[in-house]
Amino acid sequence: MEQSLLFVAASIIIGLGAVGAAIGVGVLGGKFLEGAARQPELIPLLRTQLFVVLGLVDAVPMIGVGLGLYIMFAV
Amino acid sequence: MAAKGNTYETTGEYIQHHLTNLVCGKTDAHGWTCDPHYADQMGFWSFHVDSLGWSIFLGAIFIGLFRAGVSRLSNEAPSGLQNFVEMCVEFVNENVQSMFTSAKNPLIGPMALTVLVWVFLMNLMDLIPVDYLPSAAKAVGIEYFKVVPTTDPNITLGMALAVFILIIFYSIKIKGAKGFFAELAFHPFGKYLMPVNLILEGVNLLAKPLSLGLRLFGNLYAGEMIFILIALLLVFNSISLGLLGVGLHLLWALFHILILGLQAFIFMVLTIVYLAMAHETEDH
Repeated sequence: MEQSLLFVAASIIIGLGAVGAAIGVGVLGGKFLEGAARQPELIPLLRTQLFVVLGLVDAVPMIGVGLGLYIMFAV
Repeated sequence: MAAKGNTYETTGEYIQHHLTNLVCGKTDAHGWTCDPHYADQMGFWSFHVDSLGWSIFLGAIFIGLFRAGVSRLSNEAPSGLQNFVEMCVEFVNENVQSMFTSAKNPLIGPMALTVLVWVFLMNLMDLIPVDYLPSAAKAVGIEYFKVVPTTDPNITLGMALAVFILIIFYSIKIKGAKGFFAELAFHPFGKYLMPVNLILEGVNLLAKPLSLGLRLFGNLYAGEMIFILIALLLVFNSISLGLLGVGLHLLWALFHILILGLQAFIFMVLTIVYLAMAHETEDH
């Protein structure tokens, strides 16, 4: 029973983290494309900022994945 | 590869072993010791010797490499190393100049370069296959050996703490203690709601180093975790699973290179941005 609860917990951590990051990256990428289409000369600048924010958005679900795998395999 | 010569009862034990640091510290009963059996008795004075050693070693590599790159400067025929160093310095310089506009501070550029290259080198240790160095250490009698310094929260939070101290220092130096307090106390809601402002801005201030350190740690920890899990595929003495493991290692390593560089870059960018915010003097 307790073991299966751990799996449920890990799947919630990984799944909800993925949902949040997917929404975030979707909005981010969409806005980037919009901005790039409006002002193509700003693409290099925008790309740098894109990667910075992408790293920020990406960090939380990755931490979630790490913790989730730890819960599943090592606890 | 993983199970050879070692005896791990369960996968959990294998993972735990790979995520445990080599701790040296002072115990009440035994004095200074590196014996892992006494690790839980060490109180405040316990050091993760492997993380510290690797980070200092990589810092020395960084200094030595860049020193060698600029020792024989040449305009006509720059060496490859010189070009590399120039590229790094120019990249950092560009970023600092575009983000650090509020004041002049000659410390920021070198610090940003150090943060970028050092954190990147520490992250890069993640690409060394997870069993090589720990089993080499085991061969010379060291039980636990964790290679990647940035998967140790002590290292990342330590660096974040250094950035935090610099933020406080420059806030007080540029704005004065009074100005710094005014920024914390009067900012969102005006002076009549001072306690609320203090709580909000205090949380804001403390969240900076915490998120800075934990972000780097979490990313690298998760990456290391996945490497270890893939390495578990090689335990089963099956050729097809082994090949699958090698393929997955390669894939994850290729993807992870992006994360390694990106996280080092983000750490540098956030350091610059936080310090630029600390230098801002105009009222909001």
